[in-house]
Amino acid sequence: MAKKTIKTTKTSSGPKRVVKRNSEQTKKQLENLALSIVKMAERAQDPAIAIPTRSLSNVSYNEKTRHVEMGSNKQSRNFFNYGQAKRFMQTMLVGSKCKDLIDMGKTASIRQIYYMSKHTIKGTKEKTFDDQAESDPIIEDLEVAIDTLREELHVFASNRGNLVGPITLVDDGNTLDCSAMGSAGYAVPSICEPDMIQFKKCKAKFILHVEKDTIWRRFHEDRFWQTHDCILSHGGGQPARGMRRLLRRMHEELKLPVYVLLDNDPWGYYIYSVIKHGSINLAYESRRMAIPDAKYIGVSSFDYDRCGMSDDVKIELDANDVKRAKQIANYTWFAKKKPWQKEIKKMLTNGFKMEVEAMISKNLSYLTEEYVPMKLKDKKQWLD
Amino acid sequence: MADQKLVEKSDKASQLTLGFGLGQTEPLAGSSESVGKKKAATKSNSKPGSGKAPRTRATAESMAKQQREISVSEFFAKNSHLLGFDNKRKALLTTVKEAVDNSLDACEEAGILPEVEIWVKQTDTDRFSVRIRDNGPGIVKNQIPNVFGKLLYGSKFHRLKMSRGQQGIGISAAGMYGLITTGKPIQIISRTSSRAVAHLYKLAIDTKKNRPDIIKDEAIEVDFPHGTEVTIELVASYNKGRQSVEEYIELTAIANPHATLILHPPVGATLDLQRGTDELPDETKEIKPHPYGIELGTMIKMAKDTEHQKLGAFLTGEFSRVSPAVAKSVCAKAGVTTATWVSGMETPVIEKLYRVLQDTKLKAPSTNCLAPIGVEAILAGLLKGIKAEFYTASTRPPSVYRGNPFQIEVGLAYGGELGRDRHDENPDEEKGKREPAQARVIRFANRVPLLYQQSSCCTFKSVLETKWNNYTLSQSSGAMPRGPLVILVHMASVWVPFISEGKEAIADYDEIRKEVKLGISECARRLGTLLKRKKKKSDFAKRRDVFTRYIDEVVEATRSITTFNKEDFRQSLIALSQNYTAAADMEFDDHGKVIKKAKPGNDLGLANTVVVNRDEETDGPEALFEDDAPKKVANVSLKQSKKKKKRRK
Repeated sequence: MAKKTIKTTKTSSGPKRVVKRNSEQTKKQLENLALSIVKMAERAQDPAIAIPTRSLSNVSYNEKTRHVEMGSNKQSRNFFNYGQAKRFMQTMLVGSKCKDLIDMGKTASIRQIYYMSKHTIKGTKEKTFDDQAESDPIIEDLEVAIDTLREELHVFASNRGNLVGPITLVDDGNTLDCSAMGSAGYAVPSICEPDMIQFKKCKAKFILHVEKDTIWRRFHEDRFWQTHDCILSHGGGQPARGMRRLLRRMHEELKLPVYVLLDNDPWGYYIYSVIKHGSINLAYESRRMAIPDAKYIGVSSFDYDRCGMSDDVKIELDANDVKRAKQIANYTWFAKKKPWQKEIKKMLTNGFKMEVEAMISKNLSYLTEEYVPMKLKDKKQWLD
Repeated sequence: MADQKLVEKSDKASQLTLGFGLGQTEPLAGSSESVGKKKAATKSNSKPGSGKAPRTRATAESMAKQQREISVSEFFAKNSHLLGFDNKRKALLTTVKEAVDNSLDACEEAGILPEVEIWVKQTDTDRFSVRIRDNGPGIVKNQIPNVFGKLLYGSKFHRLKMSRGQQGIGISAAGMYGLITTGKPIQIISRTSSRAVAHLYKLAIDTKKNRPDIIKDEAIEVDFPHGTEVTIELVASYNKGRQSVEEYIELTAIANPHATLILHPPVGATLDLQRGTDELPDETKEIKPHPYGIELGTMIKMAKDTEHQKLGAFLTGEFSRVSPAVAKSVCAKAGVTTATWVSGMETPVIEKLYRVLQDTKLKAPSTNCLAPIGVEAILAGLLKGIKAEFYTASTRPPSVYRGNPFQIEVGLAYGGELGRDRHDENPDEEKGKREPAQARVIRFANRVPLLYQQSSCCTFKSVLETKWNNYTLSQSSGAMPRGPLVILVHMASVWVPFISEGKEAIADYDEIRKEVKLGISECARRLGTLLKRKKKKSDFAKRRDVFTRYIDEVVEATRSITTFNKEDFRQSLIALSQNYTAAADMEFDDHGKVIKKAKPGNDLGLANTVVVNRDEETDGPEALFEDDAPKKVANVSLKQSKKKKKRRK
């Protein structure tokens, strides 16, 4: 498990790198979409794009794969619908920009896509996009509409999440030793597909994923990854696709177990759910990103008593927290897990939530030297 | 008949005396006596002063010394607020109003197209001289002192006929007010024809005796062939805006499009409102009371006073709409015959007869006693006086309250410049709330504008009770609707039930309120239809805008993804866009059904409605398109309800 030789795919290097991924097929799908719209107009039909629904109502939990999967519900985005006309136009606009990117063999960030697509409509003062918040979901819509992935559309997001640990990987042709990345660690890029990142060497035995940068720094400073031979990562809240993809690949290709340490609140529960089963919004990505064997090691609602915490760490639940907790408890993938039901119930009866930082209130090293080692040892305390 | 009315009058007077006498510290107490008649002192328990000082005991005799007749003039001199002279501002308005009302009545009765000229001059800081001249038939010399110098003297009280004046109080009260406040007598010049000599009178009123005091009486030469000129000097104040003389004249012009009204205010330009039609209102007739409206007591009284001897003749002769056949069947049901002697009838029989009459289906009272303004004249008046976009009017069929036929007319003016430059600023708007101002109600009774006591008026209550939200106007509960809206309500009746002698608000009879509400609903429904259509139209126009705006973007984007004939794609999208927004051109009738409409433009197919398209401000997304904003052409169309029926099939 410690050492592995990994087959690396060849990457072209040089000043002008041309990205070639599954793009030919994506390009074809884009063209088909465009043609179908032209056909509809020809037949005097309202041009429409069928977009699979990205909401709880259209996801299901596959017990076999243990993934959250997208259902077959589709929404029709029609051009001749007053409320949808603009978004229809925007979808086609983003589609055409992605087509350009594929043709040119370049990638662009979601922010760049926004700028590429934004212009003033001829003869008016109206802009095609007013805000990046408008274009981001359009990209996701396009992904599901033509059944492709953001990366295949040559679009990436900003880096989010860092990792540190005894692993050497090749990122865009550069070999990086992640145990020697200074205090900030390795910044995980948005695209972590095998053609971008290859694993070279790995001595780690497991992955500890924490919620936020601040906690990650605590572990890093205390050299937790050195003493425990692990990869230490964080996703800056809910992990972005890059981080999740990388975790999944390390888990799958390097056979590293994944342990997550999150805040004891509904938000933390959901982050765990996203890492383990996939997110509701990006359910179509679950098959590439979900890590069904990931374990939740803390913080648990029972830890307050178990660790003898002080009153000062309690944060009272507000109405929103209670509502969210109940929602999560009802998700099908949580509904049948008794320990989880107990855990959520306990939080509700506690009436308070706790951050991971709560453990630091005991003393600065309690978290890294006592709490997590204790948790890692005692499998019974894990939540699955 | 005349007696009956007299009694009614005296009842009224005594009620008034009673009602106010108790509240006053005047020596009125105990003397709840009517005008002209003296009654022996019966109850002498007058209210003594409620002081702590030792009481001086009055005897019946000592009190009897103080008990004496009160002249109606004396009473109103002390209670001039009852007649509309509460304050200086109102005094001026009431004076003008009474004179103008009289002039218009006189002209119409004589079949003359009225032309009334009013001069208001300031003679001192708070003194004004008001001169009103009409081209009416003039007044016979002998009657001038009585008409202008005596309260409750007139031609209009003793009859059931639609006219502006009712009691014969108004103009003499104005003269009296002038006399009390300035000491100046009322001056009257009247000429009955170009061959006759004009007479000038200066009159004071002897308030104790309610009779004129002639100060000057001479023949003079005037430059008008016939007519009357009244000059009254009074303490007053002149204002503009709401409840002003100007507003009164403007509103009078709306309700009287056949009259020319010229006002020379003390300051500012002359207000010259020429008549809009040469047609006089239909002549009105006096009528007999209708059985549905009278009370049992009245009927007993009528049976006692009638000149008819037999019941059949009494019923057909004294009542409206009782035909010989009806009289016969009514009598049969009541167990009497038409040949029964009226004088021999006992009260229970009359009561039986009364009940049968109430249960018998009778025709509504004849309507030729009423002269409604008429839909077209209302529209013409509104068009002339109010710059709105949408006008509609409705004349309700005549109805009856307390035996008096009446007819309600409603007009609505909406949009246009209403609510933009209004002289009464909406205080809410100043606070930053962008709520439109409340609608304005203009009220008329027998073509006379009512400017005061709006909130106690039956018509106003009816406006509040109307569910304006149903007609797409915003209205908070129990409040006026909001929007650029003017609501005109006119009540025409042989006897308008005012809640006070000042003639400012119509009493709240269920029958009247019901009719007003029906009239309002009818007009508001048309307004609602228009507003809904306008909204639908603008909604679809907006849609079309949006689609058109995005078509090129979609074409270009799609074309950059794959290859196809760009122009074909564009054309099919444009065709689709027009197809999907074609509903903008459709029209719906009041029941929401699609009407196949051939005529484009502003013809809405609504009865009795005028729509004037004024250039609208472009706002919102439409403002984005400077070049293709459609230019609207003013178009006025007047339609009759018959056409509407045809249209609906």
